[in-house]
This record gives sequence, structure tokens and C-alpha cells, in this order.
Amino acid sequence: MADRSAEARVKDFAEVDCGISAEEAVIEAARCLRCKKPACVDGCPVGIDIPGFLKYIEDEDFRSAIAIIKESNMLPAICGRVCPQEAQCEGECILGVKDKPIAIGALERFLADWEREQGVTAPAVSEKRKEKIAVVGSGPAGLTAAAELARNGFSVTIFEALHAAGGVLTYGIPEFRLPKKIVAAEIDEVKRLGVEIKTNHLVGRSVPVEELLSYDAVILATGAGLPGFMGISGENQIGVFSANEFLTRVNLMHANAFPEYDTPVKRGGNVVVIGGGNVAMDAARVARRMGAEVTLVYRRRQEDMPARLVEVHHAEEEGIRFLTCTNPTRILGEGTVTGVEVVSMDMCELDDSGRPSAKPIPGSEQIIPADIVIEAIGQSPNPLLIRMIEGLVREKKGNLKVDMDGRTTIPKIFAAGDVATGAATVILAMGAAKVAAESVRKMFDGE
Amino acid sequence: MYTVRSAKTLSENVFETWIEAPHVSRNAEAGQFLVLRIDEEGERIPLTISGVDGDLVRVIFMAVGTTTEKLAALKAGDTILDVVGPLGQPSEVHHFGSCVLVGGGVGIACLPIIAKALKASGNSVIGIIGARNKDLLILEDEMREACDELIVTTDDGSYGIKGFAAGPLKEICESRPPDAVWVIGPAIMMKVTSGVTKPFGIRTFVSLNPIMVDGTGMCGSCRVVVNGETKFACVDGPEFDAHLVDFDLLMNRQRFYHPEEKESREHHHSGGCGCGGNH
Ligand SMILES: Cc1cc2nc3c(=O)[nH]c(=O)nc-3n(C[C@H](O)[C@H](O)[C@H](O)COP(=O)(O)OP(=O)(O)OC[C@H]3O[C@@H](n4cnc5c(N)ncnc54)[C@H](O)[C@@H]3O)c2cc1C
Ligand SMILES: Cc1cc2nc3c(=O)[nH]c(=O)nc-3n(C[C@H](O)[C@H](O)[C@H](O)COP(=O)(O)OP(=O)(O)OC[C@H]3O[C@@H](n4cnc5c(N)ncnc54)[C@H](O)[C@@H]3O)c2cc1C
Ligand code: SF4
Ligand code: SF4
Ligand code: FES
Repeated sequence: MADRSAEARVKDFAEVDCGISAEEAVIEAARCLRCKKPACVDGCPVGIDIPGFLKYIEDEDFRSAIAIIKESNMLPAICGRVCPQEAQCEGECILGVKDKPIAIGALERFLADWEREQGVTAPAVSEKRKEKIAVVGSGPAGLTAAAELARNGFSVTIFEALHAAGGVLTYGIPEFRLPKKIVAAEIDEVKRLGVEIKTNHLVGRSVPVEELLSYDAVILATGAGLPGFMGISGENQIGVFSANEFLTRVNLMHANAFPEYDTPVKRGGNVVVIGGGNVAMDAARVARRMGAEVTLVYRRRQEDMPARLVEVHHAEEEGIRFLTCTNPTRILGEGTVTGVEVVSMDMCELDDSGRPSAKPIPGSEQIIPADIVIEAIGQSPNPLLIRMIEGLVREKKGNLKVDMDGRTTIPKIFAAGDVATGAATVILAMGAAKVAAESVRKMFDGE
Repeated sequence: MYTVRSAKTLSENVFETWIEAPHVSRNAEAGQFLVLRIDEEGERIPLTISGVDGDLVRVIFMAVGTTTEKLAALKAGDTILDVVGPLGQPSEVHHFGSCVLVGGGVGIACLPIIAKALKASGNSVIGIIGARNKDLLILEDEMREACDELIVTTDDGSYGIKGFAAGPLKEICESRPPDAVWVIGPAIMMKVTSGVTKPFGIRTFVSLNPIMVDGTGMCGSCRVVVNGETKFACVDGPEFDAHLVDFDLLMNRQRFYHPEEKESREHHHSGGCGCGGNH
């Protein structure tokens, strides 16, 4: 469980957390109490048999251990790295009450990395069936749904608008948290099941809706990629980015290696990042790695930040300055950003999310100098395709209305992931995708 | 991989390339664009779809920087790593009555496909195309064929009417006001030229060209302000009501990466051609 030193890692994009050794894994797994009613499993959105795989690790039977995980989770190398474990499996682990919970995420990652090095066992694929399924979007939801359906014998085509598959795993989460060769390896696993991935295909444009509906069933997994802006003055100046743009330029287009790669991004200087979630942490840490002095402005308290706990710590270690209980009111500059005006916030009574609601304190305005401002204040489903399909019902925040089985309001169209929930997590997207894929199978099996 | 089927030079620094991309060509409509990335290191850049023939799409572009220079160097048989499209809203084509299409410089490339669509919807179409001089004028024959009437202007008077396209447009607005006008070219030309139709209250469209990344509505790089509201040109446009567009903002945002664009060209030209970034 060794992180590279902050001084070393802010100079490059290599992975921060180096993982654990086999010996450490065995020792850690041996701590598990094998609870009769394991709370950890309830905390995992896909219900992995956690004590089951921990037992095999203790017995040093890593092959059997990873097989248990893969029954419920096709992308363990990714989830082991990015799940908000403290709010899920590890948060529920009984050992956490008095001591440290079992490092379930680190162990999951260890197994997945071990298996990748040893050679991956391909899962069994059922007999080919005649039905053809279209999956729109190749993020965790699309990949999971496609893999589940392919294993059940369906012919599956994924359409992806970008030139690379993976969704947020590829364009959003940076290399130092989730190396792209790991994402690529897990995508290759999905392809090995016979799934065809058509990149550069924006459904609704490159694939007309009629053509999409000619498939026997459709799973919409288009994510929540539409960036929100605060709507304050000065937002359209040179130097103001959505986190999506900033991260895409670096993660997908490799702007950190400009001019070897052709896509530029602004670097260095004073960077102000607005937000307190994973997206904000990632943007701040990417900017830091490109030489910037970074201030992260968040309107509530540090303990209210929705980001993974470990990423908040990593960001602090890397020298990101946190300005909490503070909210931007204006972006200053004459065409090009020069600063951000912020106001201090008073923490009031708890709101619907269980966090204190924040109210501006009059007269507390101050100006922070800035060359770059990155807004990471939330994303919602991209309306492009879902607006084009007649009869699809959307909810207030723009996400698709789906039932418990992943059905939309149109018979053969299903949906999973952020497009249905609004911006959430990788594992929730995968869990929902499994449910939707199972509903598709049931529909054709007449169950 | 998408194969270049033919490539030629139209005028100094303007090139025409036909690319095999059936998913784009079969679904393309007037006014839409594509995004391409030439190689693994390449940037994604948007180009208007300026013609369609079966499985082929045509782009016409000016070599102004790294990507367009790389593209200009591609010959028939070469490949482009990624092409996505058609993107953006199609031009608002229906029966207006009479329409005027104004193109400046490489912006002329966008017009023939719109002219044909407008004609097919029963409109009469007057084309006005302008360039700095005769040698820089492109697509004259194609526009002559697509329009009922074609007016040519050159800034230096080396061909056609001397002056800017705004001149003949104003005369037409005064003598036989059209029902709709399109003005496509560099931002400053669109700003000035579309200003001509404003006092006449004539519906006028411009095609905006802000810096884009994905072209699918997920980054916000392409934001423009229209009627006081922020829009994403790649999905809400690229065509907008000219009289509501904040052109100064557009022009400012186009300068976002000027230092980096220069650095990129110098990087690519330091490799032996000895031009020091001058071509
Ligand atoms: C920067 C960042 C950091 C994050 N960090 C974490 C983390 O640490 N842990 C965690 O659990 N979660 C994290 N999340 C959230 C998590 O990544 C998402 O919840 C998850 O990716 C959602 O998966 P999805 O498959 O629904 O959508 P996405 O991953 O968004 O994928 C959707 C895909 O669909 C494509 N698409 C959209 N429309 C079309 C169309 N019309 N045609 C074709 N393709 C289309 C998109 O291009 C995209 O590739 C993070 C998110 C971001 C942005
Ligand atoms: C919807 C749309 C349609 C377009 N159609 C055409 C066309 O048909 N023919 C044509 O010649 N040009 C067109 N352009 C402009 C074209 O995209 C740019 O000339 C091209 O991106 C320049 O890239 P470069 O690497 O060669 O030059 P750079 O050196 O990178 O840039 C030169 C200029 O191009 C602009 N630019 C740079 N990168 C981008 C980008 N990613 N997106 C948009 N603009 C950028 C910059 O503002 C700069 O002024 C269009 C732009 C848009 C948005
Ligand atoms: S998938 Fe995520 S929540 Fe489930 S056990 Fe693994 S790390 Fe924990
Ligand atoms: S709750 Fe903790 S101790 Fe109990 S089974 Fe799960 S991991 Fe083991
Ligand atoms: S180019 Fe990214 S949103 Fe338009």
C-alpha cells in the first residue's frame, strides 16, 4: 500500500499508488473475520463475495480468488483503483469499527493485476443466439452490459462517439490514478468475448435513430458528459475550462506531451479549480503536474467533499491549496482570465444531501489571482441522442427514467449508468448495466 | 482508418480532399461538419462537410497550422486515423423564396451543398463569393452551377467586382430583398457582412468556427454567446442567427491557443525543411 512520494509524483503522470505485494496481500486477507453476515458485501453495489475471495487469498490460491470477483465484476483492476471504498465495501467492514477495515479495494486490484501478468482466463461464452443488441457508449456501463450480453451468446455492437473506448475511464480519470494500459487491457477482454466496438460513431448522427432501433434491443449507456457551468460573469474568457475539456485535452489527447502531441492546453501559472468531487481533484492534480500553483475552491467544508477520501489526501500531499467554505462569484479579466472573486460561505443547517447548506457571507469577498480557472461543478446527461428518440421520458435533471430492471419508457430500449442516475460512480454504472443486460436476456427468453 | 480517395490543390494554400467515410457521407446534410484526427499524435479538428458522393465526403480547407498542413500533405491512398460525423445541426433548409449565399475565402467551401439543398426545396439562390484576389477564388464553376445567379468579388479587383462581398449584398437587399441569407467565412467577415442585412430585418445565418475538441457536446470548448446565452456550437450550431451572435467573443476565443499553435508549427517544421516555421 505504498504511494510514491509527493515530490516525485507531481513531476510525472505515473501511477501514485504502487499496489501491494503478494505477501502483504496474504497478511491483509488473513485479518478478515469471515463474518457470517458480511456487512462488506452489502456495501458493494455488485455484491462481490468478499469473504470468499479473501479466503482464497489467504490460501494463496489467487486464481480462484479472482474467479470469484469476476463472477460479479468484469473490471476489477479498475474498481480496485477507483471505487469509493470508504463509502462502500470498506465503509461497512466490521473491523472498521475499532480498527482499520480490510483493504478490500487494494486486494481486488492486487488480484486483477496479478491475473493480467499471469494471463487471463477467458470466461465461458454461451451458445450463439440470433438476437443483435446495440449498446451506445463504451464507458463502464456500456462495456459491462456488452460483456454480459456477449457471454449470454448475443451479438453485441458498441457504438462510441470518441476515437477511443472507455468513456470517463479513458478521457476523464487521469493516468496517475488509472493507467490507460489497464483500461485498454480490460477493454480487450470485452472484445475477446466477440463484442464489436465501433468508435467514431455518434449515435443520432453517424448512426440514425431508425438504424439504432433496427437492433433487437438497445442499451443506452451514454453517461453524463455534459459539463455544467456556474453561470457567473467572465466565464467565457480565455483561460476558463470545464473540467471535462481540461481533462480530455490531457488524458485523451495527451496535451501534457505537447508539442510531441499536437493538442495544446494551458499550463503552469495560477490555477483555480472549482468543486470538491473526484472531477475537481483530478483536474487540480493534473494542473499541478503541469507546473501550476493550484487552489481548489469548494463551497462547503472539507469533510463534505464528495471525492474519494484518498484522493483528497493525495491532493493535499501534492500541495494543492484548499479554500473551503468559499464560493466564486465572478471571473475577472478583460478577455483573458486574471482572477476569481470569491465569497466566504456560512455553513447552515443540513440540506437534503445531509450536508450543511452554504450561504454567502456579505462583505467577505476576496480576489484570488488566476491564469486558468477550471470548473468542476457537475455534469448531466448529454441530451443529443435521448432527445431524438421519441417517447423516452427524462426526469428533472435530464437523466432517463428507468425502472428497477433498467427499462426505459420504450419497450426494447434499456439504459444504465450515469445517463440513468446522473453523475455517479463506476461500480454503480456497472451494477446497473448488469441488471439491464439481464433484463434483455429475460425479454428474449420470455421470462 | 479512413482512406483518402483523392486530393488536390484548389488555390494557394487551399486544398480539396475526398475521404472514404460511409458513416459520415450517408447521413450528412447541408451545414454539418466532421471532426478528424490524422494520426496517433494528432489533434481533433473540425471541418465542414462540403460535398458528398456515395461513401465519400469532401473537405476543403486552408493550411493554417499543424493539422491542416499534415492533411494537405496526404495523397490518394493515404489514411486518416479517425473521422467522426456528421456533427452539428443541419442548415435550416425549407422554402423561404429567395436566398442569398455569401462566402468569403475558404468559407465558400460550405456553400455549394447548402445551395443545392435550398434549390431542392424550391428556393431561388443567388451566390456571392469573394476572395482577396483572382488566384484565391475557389469553387466558382461549382457555385455557378448550383446557383441561379453568381456574383464574384475580389478585394483588389483582379476579377469580378472590386471590393468586399458586402457591397453586392447591400445592393440586393435594397433592390430585391431576399427572404434568407447565409454568410460564411472568417469571423470578422461574417460580423461585418451579416451586419448589412440587419437594418433590412432579413433572416441571416452564419456558421461559427470556435475551437472544438470532441464536437459532441461534452467539453464546452466551443462555447459561443448567442442572444446573451451560452451555446455549444458543436451541438447547438454551428449555424446561428447572425444578428444575435457575439462575434467579438468568438474572435477572442479563437485566439485561445495562439502561442501554442505557433510552438506546434515550429516543432513540426524544425525537422529538416529549414523553413523555420514559415510554410
Ligand atoms: C474526472 C472524473 C473522475 C471520476 N472519478 C471517479 C472515481 O474515482 N470513482 C468512481 O467510481 N467514479 C468516478 N467518476 C465517475 C464515473 O467515471 C462515472 O460514474 C462512470 O464513468 C459512468 O459510466 P457510464 O458508462 O455511465 O458513462 P461514461 O463513462 O460517461 O461513458 C459514456 C460514453 O458514451 C459515449 N457517448 C455518449 N453519447 C453517445 C452517442 N450518442 N453515441 C455514441 N457514444 C456516445 C461517450 O463518448 C462516453 O464514452 C469520475 C468521473 C469523472 C468525470
Ligand atoms: C464547425 C467548423 C467548421 C470548420 N470548417 C472549416 C473548413 O471547411 N475549412 C477550413 O479551412 N477550416 C474550417 N474550420 C476551421 C478549422 O477547424 C481550423 O482551421 C483548424 O482546426 C486549424 O487547425 P490547425 O492545426 O491546422 O491550425 P492551428 O495552428 O491549430 O490553428 C489555426 C487556427 O485555427 C483555429 N483552430 C485551432 N484548433 C482548432 C480546433 N480544434 N477547432 C477549431 N478551430 C481551431 C485557431 O483559432 C487558429 O486561429 C472549421 C471550424 C469549425 C469549428
Ligand atoms: S467492486 Fe468496489 S465496492 Fe465492490 S468490493 Fe470491489 S472495491 Fe469494493
Ligand atoms: S466485513 Fe470485514 S471482516 Fe467481515 S467478512 Fe467483510 S471484510 Fe471480512
Ligand atoms: S467541441 Fe466539445 S462541446 Fe463542442
